[in-house]
Amino acid sequence: MTVPSPLAPATMGPNTLMQVQDLKMHFAVKANFSRRIVRQVKAVDGISFSIEKGETLGLVGESGCGKSTATRAILRVIKPTGGRVDYATPEGGVVDLATLSETGLKPIYRDMRAVFQDPQASLNPRMRVIDIIGEVLRVNGIATGSELEDRVAELMRKVGLRPENMWRYPHAFSGGERQRVSIARALAPNPRFVIADEALSALDVSVQAQTINLLQDLQAEMGLTYLFVSHDLSVVRHICTRVAVMYVGRVVELATVDALYNKPGHPYTEALLSAVPVADPTLKGKSRRIRLPGDVADPANVPSGCAFHPRCRFATDLCKSTRPELKPTQVDGQLAACHYADTLDLRGAIAAH
Amino acid sequence: MAAPPPVLSIEDLNVQFFTDDGGIKALDGVSLTIPQGKTLCIVGESGSGKSITGRSILNQIPRPGRRVSGRIRYWRKPDEAPVEISALDPKSREMRAIRGGEISLISQEPMAALSPVHTIGNQMREAIQQHLKLDRKAADAHAVEMLAKVGIPRPADRLSNYAFEFSGGMRQRICIALALACSPRLLIADEPTTALDVTTQANIIDLLLELQAELGISIMFITHDLGVVAEIADEIAVMYLGRIVEQGSSVSVFQDPKHPYTRALIRSIPSMTGERGSRLDTIRGMVPSPFNRPSGCTFNPRCDDFMPGVCDRLEPWADNPTPDRVVRCLRYSDSTKIEQLLGAQP
Repeated sequence: MTVPSPLAPATMGPNTLMQVQDLKMHFAVKANFSRRIVRQVKAVDGISFSIEKGETLGLVGESGCGKSTATRAILRVIKPTGGRVDYATPEGGVVDLATLSETGLKPIYRDMRAVFQDPQASLNPRMRVIDIIGEVLRVNGIATGSELEDRVAELMRKVGLRPENMWRYPHAFSGGERQRVSIARALAPNPRFVIADEALSALDVSVQAQTINLLQDLQAEMGLTYLFVSHDLSVVRHICTRVAVMYVGRVVELATVDALYNKPGHPYTEALLSAVPVADPTLKGKSRRIRLPGDVADPANVPSGCAFHPRCRFATDLCKSTRPELKPTQVDGQLAACHYADTLDLRGAIAAH
Repeated sequence: MAAPPPVLSIEDLNVQFFTDDGGIKALDGVSLTIPQGKTLCIVGESGSGKSITGRSILNQIPRPGRRVSGRIRYWRKPDEAPVEISALDPKSREMRAIRGGEISLISQEPMAALSPVHTIGNQMREAIQQHLKLDRKAADAHAVEMLAKVGIPRPADRLSNYAFEFSGGMRQRICIALALACSPRLLIADEPTTALDVTTQANIIDLLLELQAELGISIMFITHDLGVVAEIADEIAVMYLGRIVEQGSSVSVFQDPKHPYTRALIRSIPSMTGERGSRLDTIRGMVPSPFNRPSGCTFNPRCDDFMPGVCDRLEPWADNPTPDRVVRCLRYSDSTKIEQLLGAQP
């Protein structure tokens, strides 16, 4: 599999669903009184990647890295301050979501859907499940009346809920079931693209495993494409085909799952992998972890050069002065933003047992 | 030679919540011991009663919950007779000296545990002066020493900062410093890393392990994350719907889980190596509502090893399939005893 270069011209391949180019989301911080812009918080500072039809792209990083802001900019919950988000519409055209008008976005929202982290917060407690799932069908004139009921029943069966519960309110469901309602709502208008923003993070272990299987079954059945935003690297490894790692508003590594987990191309990825707890007590106390000193950099005050250099154990003067670009490494299917990606010998994930 | 006494033991603890819709069994015959200087991990999904176990030890069961029976004993010194915590008045002088001083707590959400309107120095000083009887200057010096120990840079300058001026990981470090300031013998850590990023979580786990090696404290670590358990536990107790279903040493439980629930939990975590994309093993169904507990073994409707006519009729009791393991599953119990009990039933 080849990874398209993020620097390629804006023509999209026939299999590309979305191409994000140099997407920027800067927030202005204004002075209290004069309303003068005193500084910029560069929450997302020029990220580029593409999503192929039928694949699952993982977007990982720690809190504050900009992964949720990037998702919100792609979904146009907020209007990005720069860059392009080219999207292949079902009709065969290409639109730029970053600049599309509200009316232009409306049909896109039938094709591009979202599942959020906390189903408790993302489901209206005063709406019945049939209205939550069916609203998009009614508003878009896809189905009404008994047809709508049949369609909702079919969706509920598909995600493993009992259709007779469609007249209930969200509070009558458990956490895992509520997340299934969210998934059914996302799937209602037969979308091609689903963005899952930490969709599994609030679930218990056993329910999480059920939901992972459900997402995979639905992908196989409906040919869905996923953008899977998560901080859980073991779940990402399980369901994604490629992964983009973000650090302080930028993508520092973009690679196939095999490349990323076996031979990471960026020291930050290596540190993330080493920090994942392994369910094997015989490895306890073996100092295999790479400790990152300090905290994630403040996006309002990004370090010079490579933003990761103050925490990187390999940092040199070059890293302090020059920002590395995301470029292919020697490993097939891997791009990394590190000056030394090809000379460092970085460790991948540790095996359990 | 007798084995040294544990730090704390819980014997047959029953806690119920008395709501308008009837009583809910939050803890149903929980028995465990926390060994001296070791870490016991309580593992379970939401609603399994793991946090209530921790709160019971502090004698702070939230209302409308109440201890119905059972006792909790705490050894203030290894060679002294234990104190029966469960018999103490939660507001008594003795309980208040133990809580926060000898047994302390780190909670999941550091922002909720710290006061937003008091400086860090102020909060630490209050706790230290309450328990250690130091004057203000000495208390401040002790606070600085503790903050340095948990890895807060320039601790002396940061005493005058408020909680919001720290990052999430730093806040949790401050909570740990606060919890350890009065040299407790037992630390209850209730999901202390759940709200943190993986790299921060790794640092906090390392910190706890280091502090344990240095200070010899015992830790009761409550979590739902089996990866974290493997990193920190010496012993594991797995809870399901208010009961401990399996208990044993960490290595042996991971290598040879006996109870079907433990086995299923371990199987359902996606691995960081090996085959990917395949279907994960799951536990069918979901944790039942506490109002509607299944009869017999509470895990029976979700269990792969369900024995009809046995598991739904008899409550499993604690058995030892191997000397260092406690399992509550009828698969491991004596079949003649099962038949006897079944025969005695109408």
